[in-house]
Amino acid sequence: MNNVAATPSLDKTAVQATENGPVDCDIHTRVRTIADLKPYLSTQWWNYLKTYGMRARHGFAKAPPFPKAQPNAARRDAWPPDGGFPATNLEFMRAQHLDHYGIAYGIMNPLVATGQGDQNDDLSAALATATNDWQLDTFVNPEPRLRASVVVPYEDGLASAAEIRRRAGDRRFAQVLMMSRTAEPAGKRRYWPIYEAAAEAGLPVGNHVFGYSGWAGTSSGWSSFYIEEMTDHAVSCQSLVTSLIMEGVFERFPGLKIVLIESGFGWMPALGWRLDRAWERMRDEVPHLRMPPSAYLRKHFWVSTQPIEEPERPEHLLDTVDWVGPDRIMFASDYPHWDFDDPRLALPSALGLERKRAILSGNARALYNLV
Amino acid sequence: MSMADAPEALHSGNWTMSETQGAIDCDVHPTITGTRVLAPYLDGFWRDSLAERGIDSLDSISYPVDAPLTARADWRDATGTAAQSVEQLSGQVLDRWGHRTAILNCLYGVQLVFNEDMGVAFTRAVNDWIAREWLDRDSRLRASIVVPMQNIEHAVDEIDRCAADPRFVQILLLASGEMPLGRRACWPIYAAAQRHGLPIGIHAGSAYRHPVTSIGWPSYYIEDYASQSQAFQSQVGSLICEGVFAKFPDLKVVLLESGVTWLPSFLWRLSKFWRGLRTEVPWVDRSPMEIVRDHIRLTVQPLDAPDDPSVVRRIIDHMRSDDMLLYASDYPHWHFDGDRTLPPGIPADLLQKIQVENPLATYQRL
Amino acid sequence: MAKHVVATTEEIPAGGRKLVEVSGRAIVIFNLSGEFFALLNRCPHEGGSLCKGYQTGLVESGEPGEYRYSRRGEIIRCPWHAWEFDIRTGQSRCDPQRMKVRSYAASVMPGAQLLEEVPAATTFPVRVEGEYVLIEM
Repeated sequence: MNNVAATPSLDKTAVQATENGPVDCDIHTRVRTIADLKPYLSTQWWNYLKTYGMRARHGFAKAPPFPKAQPNAARRDAWPPDGGFPATNLEFMRAQHLDHYGIAYGIMNPLVATGQGDQNDDLSAALATATNDWQLDTFVNPEPRLRASVVVPYEDGLASAAEIRRRAGDRRFAQVLMMSRTAEPAGKRRYWPIYEAAAEAGLPVGNHVFGYSGWAGTSSGWSSFYIEEMTDHAVSCQSLVTSLIMEGVFERFPGLKIVLIESGFGWMPALGWRLDRAWERMRDEVPHLRMPPSAYLRKHFWVSTQPIEEPERPEHLLDTVDWVGPDRIMFASDYPHWDFDDPRLALPSALGLERKRAILSGNARALYNLV
Repeated sequence: MSMADAPEALHSGNWTMSETQGAIDCDVHPTITGTRVLAPYLDGFWRDSLAERGIDSLDSISYPVDAPLTARADWRDATGTAAQSVEQLSGQVLDRWGHRTAILNCLYGVQLVFNEDMGVAFTRAVNDWIAREWLDRDSRLRASIVVPMQNIEHAVDEIDRCAADPRFVQILLLASGEMPLGRRACWPIYAAAQRHGLPIGIHAGSAYRHPVTSIGWPSYYIEDYASQSQAFQSQVGSLICEGVFAKFPDLKVVLLESGVTWLPSFLWRLSKFWRGLRTEVPWVDRSPMEIVRDHIRLTVQPLDAPDDPSVVRRIIDHMRSDDMLLYASDYPHWHFDGDRTLPPGIPADLLQKIQVENPLATYQRL
Repeated sequence: MAKHVVATTEEIPAGGRKLVEVSGRAIVIFNLSGEFFALLNRCPHEGGSLCKGYQTGLVESGEPGEYRYSRRGEIIRCPWHAWEFDIRTGQSRCDPQRMKVRSYAASVMPGAQLLEEVPAATTFPVRVEGEYVLIEM
């Protein structure tokens, strides 16, 4: 009875590759309750929040439109003993994650109570600033391995630029954070102040899946299931990448770098090929592009690994890694979510030591300027 | 490099016309230049309504009339239109290229109207126009049934009506409509398809009930066209997760003009999640990758891939099935120059399968 | 193969579980209505610790829209990616033939019999009046 063959084991390169300490490009720390933000909000906004609450562009007051598969979309074993939500307890997170894996640096991408994409732009701006202050006080200052992301009220480009400028130069922030499902495609000019300020500050823009655009989840309406929503994140990411390229964002901001977080990366080669084919026919529509779309893809985009795709033949993923470029891919755990990737086990063993090191650590250190 | 010299070798991509002789062309497009073309096939009320209300055009922005991709320049006639007659289409596709048959997929924007009854009238007219002015005039031609998706019951009626003519070999849907195609409200269409032994053909394009992408309306047509592969991905997800193939085990779905190469990585992600999220959709009783290999087929033109045959071979390996690809020229859409109807890099050893065997296995009526 | 005492039956009530270590392996013992089962504590996917997972029932379906729920508590789901494993057999639901978690034969023996038959089975303290769970590995 061969039932152990599938048990993953730590191959030598996996262990060696994590020796220098992986860089984790996606950790979801969160507030224990909304009251954690109170010290960082004005009385006016705290009262507003208590009375009217956050209102995303969907109908639920407290729940996500597609219920998660596990409570809070978290690993079952990530709930700290103090009874709080996963990734609220620094000590527990250190033991279970940072120390456990020898993580050298972790980039935080807060998702809860950040106000991003709220129908009320001003509330969104207030919560963004509050969240950024909260990240520093609660996690980054006490824990030198962690870095914050500049949460911005992205539907308001100017307010976002102001928040980025407020934080520019503060090395505790590794990047700017947007969500992937925006009210308009990400390349549209209303978002350009964000890219301008980010490029000016030398900060990559991390684009993490989710957010609620206000449109149906697909171009053909609303799907029924959570599994569809999760899979469709890779799909909407393709639309946002197309928009950023075709709108000429990278011609306007040649220093801009985009990180796509939690959308996987398997889709990238096919999208590049498709855009190039379309551009061969229709380049007169977008004369502001001075090189093929795939060249912009190669130059301006990075991707995080998680949730790493699982082909039936693991060697097929190696093709994808080659086509995307092993220097573009950065490890992410997505701690404490259920679709978490273990840094020692998630990458295909056939990648070899050098590429593993780059993916687990080197690429992120270079992109985020981590020593 | 000829096929005789190195049957296992990768093809350089410079196909000659002799190599596409006898192929079954699974995707060509007759052009309707205005509603007046359909007038003879409308009853008195609707025919007179066209004139009375000035309803001249149902052109869809999915293929702007004069955009380069919509029709290759040398296929356009003096009026700037391609494929508006049997002579034009058959002359190019069947006579010149020697294809043994071609399946007509009419993309005129009848799906875009909101009035259900108008939808019925126009789709009937399109199907009758196809039968009289195309299928009757060239016995090598076949066609897909255009259906009024504004009302599913009416769509089933139209399928039943047209299926009586054996030259209709498929049911045509658009990649983006009112709701994801896996949803149960759409199932009567699949029941009808299974009943008649007809595959569902999903073609690039939209009824524009929703923005072009899930993140809104992009600025450029090139984005609209590029986003079609995303529409197909969501639809494949819907068909599988809603259990369409569990409910209709004989059903085949053909993805027309989808670009193809997005498929393997999409399935890697969907199948990965399925292994842990199975209980949300417990009727999905095996990996989505297996379901797709059994039920879904894709036309090869366009093929979103570099010209490099070794890369094309790798992508086909990623699909893990030789049964899935169907030959198509996508005439008159402009994807190639000269007579190179096959995308570069398609392996020579798959030619017979792609051009003949797979289409015959997919379209029972051929 | 040897038999190892891993728990008293009392300490694992019906519906409960216990994590033990035997010969350097982490094993999780389950009690399903008085029957005991033992699984290796590592998910074959990415090594998640099964004893931290959620215990649930079996969901099957004959057709879309039908949720046939049975065998409550007999499925353990990995705490990470939620793969389902049949506690009785160790087989995964998503790929029962190829993806399994190793299972070990588990049995119950009264203390008196244990002291007679398997005196050197374990360092686990055994009393005549007790009842014990053994696994074979």
